[in-house]
Amino acid sequence: MNWLTNFVKPRINALVNRKRDVPGNLWQTCPSCGQMIFARDLKANLSVCQHCGHHLRVSAVERFAMLFDDGVHARVETPAVVQDPLKFRDHKRYPDRLKDSRARSGEKDAMLVAEGKIGGQPTVIAALDFGFMGGSMGLAVGEAFLAAAARAIAAKAALVAVTASGGARMQEGILSLMQMPRTTIAVEQMHEAGLPYIVVLTDPTTGGVTASFAMLGDIAIAEPGAQIGFAGPRVIEKTIREQLPEGFQRAEYLLDHGMVDMVVPRAKLRETLAQVIDLLMRPKAAAPAAVEPAPADGRA
Amino acid sequence: MNRFLDFEKPIAELEGKLAELRQLGDAGGAGIGEELANLESKVEKLLRQTYAKLTPWQKTQVARHQDRPQFSAIVAGMVEGFTPLAGDRAFADDKAIQGGIGRIRGRAVMIIGHEKGSDTASRLKHNFGMARPEGYRKAIRLMGLADRFGLPVVTLVDTPGAFPGIDAEARGQAEAIARSTEATLGLGVPVVACVIGEGGSGGAIALAAANRVLMFEHAVYSVISPEACSSILWRGTDKAELAAEALRLTAQDLFQLKVVDAVIPEPIGGAHRDPKAAIRSLADAIERNLTELDGQSRSSLKARRRHKFLDLGKVGL
Ligand SMILES: [Zn+2]
Repeated sequence: MNWLTNFVKPRINALVNRKRDVPGNLWQTCPSCGQMIFARDLKANLSVCQHCGHHLRVSAVERFAMLFDDGVHARVETPAVVQDPLKFRDHKRYPDRLKDSRARSGEKDAMLVAEGKIGGQPTVIAALDFGFMGGSMGLAVGEAFLAAAARAIAAKAALVAVTASGGARMQEGILSLMQMPRTTIAVEQMHEAGLPYIVVLTDPTTGGVTASFAMLGDIAIAEPGAQIGFAGPRVIEKTIREQLPEGFQRAEYLLDHGMVDMVVPRAKLRETLAQVIDLLMRPKAAAPAAVEPAPADGRA
Repeated sequence: MNRFLDFEKPIAELEGKLAELRQLGDAGGAGIGEELANLESKVEKLLRQTYAKLTPWQKTQVARHQDRPQFSAIVAGMVEGFTPLAGDRAFADDKAIQGGIGRIRGRAVMIIGHEKGSDTASRLKHNFGMARPEGYRKAIRLMGLADRFGLPVVTLVDTPGAFPGIDAEARGQAEAIARSTEATLGLGVPVVACVIGEGGSGGAIALAAANRVLMFEHAVYSVISPEACSSILWRGTDKAELAAEALRLTAQDLFQLKVVDAVIPEPIGGAHRDPKAAIRSLADAIERNLTELDGQSRSSLKARRRHKFLDLGKVGL
């Protein structure tokens, strides 16, 4: 279920065979309520079901289009990395899996980086694509995230991470685990530069990505209904042999448990990001010059 | 009495014979001494041979061996004046992560690590070394304390992974792990991490973003357990042996990948056969590495630690 199969293919097909009676191409079924949605309506509604409000998964490329001012952005090149460092194979060789994902997506790996403006403020977005091997984090994602932070620091820009990941890239073994401290270093570098780092947690964000840069945002925003957690629900059920409570690991559950600052519907996401980035990047700009607010503890 | 692993069957048989012969001992008369010595050297030879070419899956079993020295045994064996410290000051004291101050070879340190427990009761008490958020938050608190007083931090990593449970998720397991990694990376004191048994994924890295990462010869360190990897990629847990091979989780492979800085030798037949010797070997390695880190400034310790991790992944196998 990715952007390509959801959107590009139906659109191309719609153009190629202009038959009206091919519902598979023009219509999509909402995975939550099961209602049919006209593909064009879905796209216009930022891939949110107009019947039930379910937020469908979207690609990194779509994120750039919906978050940057007027969708205007430039892609930031991400560094090349060692391919298949462990010579990993299950019943498929890892390079073959990579090749398939690359052919399907036209991208090198699961994290894409772009720069532009949000609310007029320079911003770099590092977005994970769940469609590319489940948004899993290996060397390429780690390097892309470090490159995103480096670009943000060089441009004195805010960094926004949009996460969607099943966790670590198993096929890179321990080197995928090492991306947890490596991405954490990128966050530290943002702190040291005094620039905001904001995380938008989307469905699903689990495993090593959650347990590193996804949970280290200065501000943490989650999309409604997004599954966010460390361990996968099946692993938990198997371990504790109990049914999981309703709404467990959903964005709203994390908000209730103090793990995120807010749950923001996709339609309000850009506006919310613009507001917090402005507040953090231009703390003095909006304050009236004459009335400096007194320190909270009353000392001058 | 040794507890034998499946692949140790030939060793078990020889040791069984050895035990019989010893029992016979006094009644056996002359010549038995020679026979005993003969058999003993056979056992040692077989142990040496077997342990020199353990497969990754066999190493996984050795790393999980119940008689392998755990945090508490290691601390008892090498830390003088150990003073345990408890609690995260927010929620609870997680028994899966232990910590405290004491001296290793005369040097005051903060020592933090996973405790798996060594029998059923203690394994339950320590939740098999699977920590909850409060465990990582305790670790963060203790690292902060060490940082303020200039104590080097020594961590002992031995966990199947962070606990996958409802309560752990509710209290922010992922956040706790991320913050623990962040706290370790930010320390201005030397940090030496030792993977003593099982280095299980995020639960391990939370205590292992160190200046020096050491690993026992037969320990394993991996992003996912061979069983879980097998069930995801091979659709069944019966391929754990293949998954263990593919994951390259041995100390020897990780040393080649530069993820591990030094491999600590274990006694013949593994740490569980001679815990005292294993602990001595570990203490030697910790002392040596702490000495090497002596005299570095706070900012240099932090910068070099950072570079060590940033440089990873430039070489494959
Ligand atoms: Zn719907």
